[in-house]
Amino acid sequence: MEKFTQHQGLVVPMDRPNVDTDAIIPKQYLKSVKRAGFGPNLFDDWRYLDPGDPAIDNASRRLNPDFLLNQPAYQGGTVLLGRENFGCGSSREHAVWALTDYGFRVVIAPSFADIFFNNSFKSGLLPITLSETEVEQLFEEERQVAGYALEVDLQAETVTTPGGMVFSFQMDEFRKYRLLNGLDDIGLTLQHQDEIKGYEADHRAAAPWLF
Amino acid sequence: MAGKTLYDKLWDAHIVRTEEDGSALLYIDRQLLHEVTSPQAFEGLRLAGRTPWRVGANLAVPDHNVPTTQREEGITDPVARIQVETLDRNADEFGITEFKMGDIRQGIVHVIGPEQGATLPGMTIVCGDSHTSTHGALGALAFGIGTSEVEHVLAPQCLVQKKSKSMLVRIKGAVGTGVTGKDIVLAVIGKIGTAGGTGYAIEFAGEAIENLSVEGRMTVCNMAIEGGARAGMVAVDQKTIDYVKNGTQGRAFAPTEVHWQEAVAAWQDLHSDADAVFDAVVELEGAEIAPQVTWGTSPEMVVAIDATVPDPAAAADEVKRSGMEKALAYMGLEAGTPITAIPVDKVFVGSCTNSRIEDLRAAAAVARGRTRAENVSQVLIVPGSGLIKEQAEREGLDKIFIEAGFEWRDPGCSMCLAMNADRLEPGERCASTSNRNFESRQGLNSRTHLVSPAMAVAAAVSGHFADVRSLEGGA
Ligand code: SF4
Repeated sequence: MEKFTQHQGLVVPMDRPNVDTDAIIPKQYLKSVKRAGFGPNLFDDWRYLDPGDPAIDNASRRLNPDFLLNQPAYQGGTVLLGRENFGCGSSREHAVWALTDYGFRVVIAPSFADIFFNNSFKSGLLPITLSETEVEQLFEEERQVAGYALEVDLQAETVTTPGGMVFSFQMDEFRKYRLLNGLDDIGLTLQHQDEIKGYEADHRAAAPWLF
Repeated sequence: MAGKTLYDKLWDAHIVRTEEDGSALLYIDRQLLHEVTSPQAFEGLRLAGRTPWRVGANLAVPDHNVPTTQREEGITDPVARIQVETLDRNADEFGITEFKMGDIRQGIVHVIGPEQGATLPGMTIVCGDSHTSTHGALGALAFGIGTSEVEHVLAPQCLVQKKSKSMLVRIKGAVGTGVTGKDIVLAVIGKIGTAGGTGYAIEFAGEAIENLSVEGRMTVCNMAIEGGARAGMVAVDQKTIDYVKNGTQGRAFAPTEVHWQEAVAAWQDLHSDADAVFDAVVELEGAEIAPQVTWGTSPEMVVAIDATVPDPAAAADEVKRSGMEKALAYMGLEAGTPITAIPVDKVFVGSCTNSRIEDLRAAAAVARGRTRAENVSQVLIVPGSGLIKEQAEREGLDKIFIEAGFEWRDPGCSMCLAMNADRLEPGERCASTSNRNFESRQGLNSRTHLVSPAMAVAAAVSGHFADVRSLEGGA
């Protein structure tokens, strides 16, 4: 897993609730058996005017000039600012891979769909939950300040604005520890092999029909 | 001390260890695998030189990408074919049971789990698919996971999880005739919203849920995720036990005679204690639920068949209002239009929400003696599994559909997410029994209205949405 400690980056404001995983990465790209290369198709339906497909070269497609990611002001953005229920819909981890492949490291929203939230940590994408009011404030400031960037510190659990305002967020200790150190989840779990074997033996004795 | 909820019982029974911050290492009894979310997991496993912890805990099936017609020609889309072949290869290499495309037991992963006895009461069940919540209908803890977690479960048969909060959704009293599990769950989502269940595991209860068949309960639990909850569940009762006993006998994963009595005795406890306390309780009156139709691009945008398309001006706040306006523009609808005045172009009966035998029977009951309306260009009927297809044909349902001018297909996800050739053209409007009406879900710029199977067929034969309760065979 990729490490996450601190990050400073340009904010891309996506001002709509319920941004779903079908919108983040449309299904035709899920046919890939790889983990990388989804970035060019992030928000594909919104980003391009022509329909896309894995067989079509993205360079040949017309960009939608109204879409955020195509505007000069947001080139190189790494912090996505969203609204409620971000990442709802399917369990596809491709949504997270598309965001990180594009270059996003942080998503800030008032709420996230559970599976998306969980998936984010696996690829070093940090989902940060702030209150509705705080998120509103960030949207407001972003509208006023060109090149609006935020500084995120996972250890301190803070988001700092260019004006020096500091917002705190909360992160589960165990998740934070793994993300800060970039630890492999499976490797960590396998350290408890004996406990798993012990549990399994008891479980098999109690419910043999499950085995 | 208060009693335990069903969720507490399932959770507690599977804890291997607990971390300091309260997260638990949870043992997983069953993992279901399909072609879309597993290739990178197997690849990860291979790269790390690991092997599956317990091969027998897994069951694989291709469903998302498979064609639903002319199977003998194989998969023509080369990218999809590679994905299905990759699953075949991975299953073969690691010795995992797979129902391949030519196998009569092949079908949608959430349909074949219960059908094969791979889903049993009291289990923890995961799959790289959000509609894994379906399996909770049998009194199991089932939830969708991402690909990294698929790999994690393959390796040490466990997952690190934080316990969710618990929500009880109680449907008081019975529902009227013509009102199905689909209508119940859409009404619930309309009430709590698509994020209403976020952070919760939902238990569905009350008279209307008890009255549902186990299949109907699967439809309800299937869409728990559309209400934001990763897991939905229903307590075990005699219907559950009969379903497992009669439905799965002799099938690949069913419990053997030797352990049957023991298993049934253990399952008797799979319900919330009378004094259990939930973090949230939501109640709906069964009698007030009418057949439902979604009008927007989120499952919470739903109204009763006798209602009109809502007016954004009446929305509670600015964000809601602009969301509704965007949805209406996308759907090509005007506020105030009666739902029954909306014409449809295509109809889809299928998906892990509504493709079981009981769904097909309900669809056929309305289709019998009627024909596809002239303005409806295509009606797809896609059974959830090969075994369901066979059963339906034994009952003659296929003939009813074909006589009505519908298409009778092979099992798979099909037009639920349009990864194969079954899809809508831009701007086309579909009455669909699937679970998501997101933008472009059924094809680029497609327009989806979620309904029950009977309501889908009512629209197919009427040419527009129609109240199935006013059609013979529908109630
Ligand atoms: S039928 Fe639809 S929702 Fe169900 S598993 Fe297939 S694609 Fe997903």
